Order: sequence, then C-alpha cells, then structure tokens
Amino acid sequence: MKKILRVLAVLVLLAAGAIWLATGASRGWTKTSVMVKTPDPVTGLDGISYEKKFIAGVDFLGAAALGAGLLAGASLFFRKPKINQPTKQ
Amino acid sequence: MKTKIITILALAAFAGFAYAAPQTFDFKDPKGGNSAIFKLEAPLETINGSANDISGSVSFDPENPGATTGKIVVAAESLTVPNPMQKEHMHSTTWLDVAKYPEITFEAKSLANVKTAGNVTTADVTGTFTLHGVSKEITAPVKLTYLKDKLGDRIPTLKGDLLVIRANFTINREDFDIQKGQHQDKVSPTINLTLGIAGASAK
Repeated sequence: MKKILRVLAVLVLLAAGAIWLATGASRGWTKTSVMVKTPDPVTGLDGISYEKKFIAGVDFLGAAALGAGLLAGASLFFRKPKINQPTKQ
Repeated sequence: MKTKIITILALAAFAGFAYAAPQTFDFKDPKGGNSAIFKLEAPLETINGSANDISGSVSFDPENPGATTGKIVVAAESLTVPNPMQKEHMHSTTWLDVAKYPEITFEAKSLANVKTAGNVTTADVTGTFTLHGVSKEITAPVKLTYLKDKLGDRIPTLKGDLLVIRANFTINREDFDIQKGQHQDKVSPTINLTLGIAGASAK
C-alpha cells in the first residue's frame, strides 16, 4: 500500500506536468476558455466570444503537487512490510 | 415677391431643422456584437475579461455631435474572465456583488473638445459612472462614428443609421468601494476599460 501510494503520487505529478506542457506550458492561471475576436466588416468593431479550451496554468501544477504530496504523506501511515527471516536449524 | 422669399427661407430653415434633429440610437445589439473589455494587472499575468450584455440609448445629432447625451448599461453578470474560479470570485459579494448591483452604467452629460472630421467625432465626454452602487463623475476620451444608412448592411431587414462609440479609460476600483485598501498586491486597483459598441437608429 505504501508503495502504491508513492507510485500514484509520482504518476499524478508526471501527468500534471505532461498536461501542462501539452496545453502550452502557461505561466499564468488555468483557463477553460479563450477570447476570440471577430471583426465586424460594417462597424469595424471586434465582436467578443469565447471558445472552450483548457489551458493548464501554474495553479493546476500547484494543485497536482498538493495532491501528490497528500498521497505521499498518506503513504507514511503505512508500515513497511516485514520480511520473514528464515529460522536457523 | 417678398412673401415668396419669406416662404422659401422658412422652408429652408425647416428643412435644415428637420435634418439636424437628434436621433436616438439603441445599443441593444441583436447580433450581440457590442462588448466592453477590461484589463487589470495581477501576479503571474494580466487579467483580461469582457462583458457583452450591453444596452442603453444615445441621442446624437450628426449636425451637432457636441450635444450628444445618453446612457449605456452593462449587465454586471455578463462580466467574464477565462478562469472559472476568478469569475466566481469577481461576481461574489466580496468583489462586484452582481446580485446586489446588477448594472454598471455610464450616463453622458456633456461633451468638450469636440472635433469632427467627416463622419468621425472625437471629444471628451463627462458623465456619471456607476459601479458597485457607487456613482462618480468621470471624463473620458470618446470617438463617435456616424454611419448613415448602414443599418441595413448589418441587419438586412432594417433600414437606418448606425452610431459606433469607442472609448478607453481607466478607473480605480477603490473609488467604487470594491475591496478598498485590500489585495492591492494581488489585484491591481487600476482597471483599464475599453468600450466598442454600435447603436442603431431605425427608420
């Protein structure tokens, strides 16, 4: 169990890092949409709309680090399994 | 002869007066193209957001743009930012309290430094800006573009004119009792607003 939790912690960190890199390695806040400007040919104004798009930010990495830390911390509550020593005859 | 001259002059004056009558432009855009953009500095990056539920009316006379008055209303609930948690905080009672103060308004009272070139007028507009239940008089540069007979190009079923208003100005959120003296290192008190809206006057 101890090992499982630690492995999970590492996987969470790696997955979060991979998602962060894949979505552009943003050093800002996480976003779930991006602003799209569409010029109006009559008025010359930019119409504003939002396109759904997930961009992981540093808060996402921070949340993953916290989750990994909790998993790793939980692993400390489990004892290392004892290896049975063969008795001498 | 004298009567004829007086009649002609009276008709000319009436025609001039009729042409110079102010028009009322409605800024509730059925195409949803009107928007206000806000920007403020915060740690990590600049927060960029917008609002698109804009309405209001402006009285504008192409012959006398300096006499322009009107009121623009932005629904506070339409303010949005790309981060959902930031948006929730922005709408909450801690910040804009959109439930209690559902509208952000600007009521134009007068224009100064009016300069007109063709169909474009630039001026400094003074009026009452109301945000978070607090009203302050502000002056901001504005650009008015009168597009005669262009409503049909935008909405084919209608005929009329368009009035495009562009403005860019800065406010201090603390002037409007928004987290006064708080979180200055996390959310800049200075907010830059950019307005780009088009109103229609149907004939």
